Amino acid sequence: MTAFLAVIGRDLRLAAKNEGEVLTLVLFFVSVGVIVPFAIGPDSETLRRLAPAIVWIAAFLSMLLGLDRLFRPDFEDGTLTLFRHARLPLPAIVGGKLIAHWLLTALPLVLATPILALLLSADLETFWRVVLSLLLGTPGLAALGAIGAGITVTLRRGGLIAPVLITPLAIPILIFGVATIAPPAGAAGSASAAGLFLAAISLLLCAITPFACALAITAGED
Amino acid sequence: MSIDSTVKGNWFSRIAHPGQFASWTRPVVLPMAIVTALLFAIAFWMAFFVSPAASENVGTTLRILYIHVPNAWLSQFVYAVMAASALGTLVWRHPMADVSMKAAAPLGATFTALALFTGSLWGRPTWGTYWEWDGRMTSTLVLLFIYLGIVALWRAFDDQLRAARIVAIFTLVGALNIPIVKFSVDWWSSLHQPTSVLRPDGPRMPANILTPLLVMTLAFTTLFLLLHLVRMRTEIRRRRLYTLERNRAAALEQRA
Amino acid sequence: MIDLGPHAIFIVWAYLGVAVVVAAAIAHTILDRMRVEKRLSILEAQGLRRRSDRPTSRPEGPAA
Repeated sequence: MTAFLAVIGRDLRLAAKNEGEVLTLVLFFVSVGVIVPFAIGPDSETLRRLAPAIVWIAAFLSMLLGLDRLFRPDFEDGTLTLFRHARLPLPAIVGGKLIAHWLLTALPLVLATPILALLLSADLETFWRVVLSLLLGTPGLAALGAIGAGITVTLRRGGLIAPVLITPLAIPILIFGVATIAPPAGAAGSASAAGLFLAAISLLLCAITPFACALAITAGED
Repeated sequence: MSIDSTVKGNWFSRIAHPGQFASWTRPVVLPMAIVTALLFAIAFWMAFFVSPAASENVGTTLRILYIHVPNAWLSQFVYAVMAASALGTLVWRHPMADVSMKAAAPLGATFTALALFTGSLWGRPTWGTYWEWDGRMTSTLVLLFIYLGIVALWRAFDDQLRAARIVAIFTLVGALNIPIVKFSVDWWSSLHQPTSVLRPDGPRMPANILTPLLVMTLAFTTLFLLLHLVRMRTEIRRRRLYTLERNRAAALEQRA
Repeated sequence: MIDLGPHAIFIVWAYLGVAVVVAAAIAHTILDRMRVEKRLSILEAQGLRRRSDRPTSRPEGPAA
């Protein structure tokens, strides 16, 4: 257990040294929320209606942006090879890094949602639903991102292809994430159904990611 | 071509050697091509002369379905072939499995694109637009992107043998996610579109519609199997080519 | 010619498009094979062999 916590702690401490990275990601998240009104128009009624979608797209793009950071620094300085031969099984190490990744990428986004809610004229109840749906869905996004990162870590320019691979698979999260906040008119009660589906998908992805990732890393380094 | 003289018992491990596979499949290609051509000839004749011009459910666009349904079927079938090959690569380490995966991917993308193309042309007279975000078309679009991602992933690796296991993992992750995507897209489209979309006739199709459909599907499937086989054989030759080119480069380096 | 109905143009375009793409797929498959065979025959004419092809006392290149 201590080894597992040590993996998480290591990633957190490394990130603490470059806190600029976390802030950049949050800045990107907010930027997407800022530029969308420029594209759509300042009508606050429209923005309020589209706010769930905008927040989710911003979160999705931010997670895609951050996914390469998961394994590439370790790959480049050789830590990944050490991890492969560590006593702690590689899936456990990946699991630990996934938790750290979520804390460093998704949690800051959730904390930054008030800013977006303000910019997009969302009301308070919508805001809390946004937070809930992000909390339920970002683990799934992080897990998918980890799979993409694990698959492309040994490629020199792999960072470009991973988002392309991940995006189609992340569509269910996007669908249920937005529906948890604001189901379309005439579909009462489906918000909780959407939330349950979202949680189920996140759980499933988090369950398979450590093993799929470990396999991909091992295969890539051979 | 070098052939291993100690050939193992069952056929599955016998075709594992690329040289064996190549020599085993050489006599198959031409007969398969002839069968495919014949099936297409029969299927086309049936589609235009046996089938009625219209059906109750679908109307006069019925004939488009004869080439839409086989492509839609193939878009799923080819992925199943890829997923089975991926299992072969990861679980049984069968040497021909990754060749099969690599050969199937571009074909799957092509047939999926054709399914979208024919579906769009069917949709225009039926729904009035060339594109509707309905459950099936959207799922097929997502599937196309997954195929294209897999093709791109193959090309991103220099070493194709190392790529094989990684692509296999991604293919299986995709296989797991595709039902989830279909479910979520159906859920999503049923929320936003209360009107149901026209669907082709169910299993109680009359024989003069069902038969052309089945024959056409069979024709397309044999076409895929034929192209898949030929591309597998080409991939074997291509790997030999890369080995020779690498050897030549290394020999030149040694001399330098 | 048989009557294709009011939406004939769509039927025609659908069949044409499918025919073109299928022909292109077949052509690409064949041309790809021919290209690989051509390059292979050039290399083999230069006398290159894989290590497993023919046992020889002369040391060949490093292992593949």
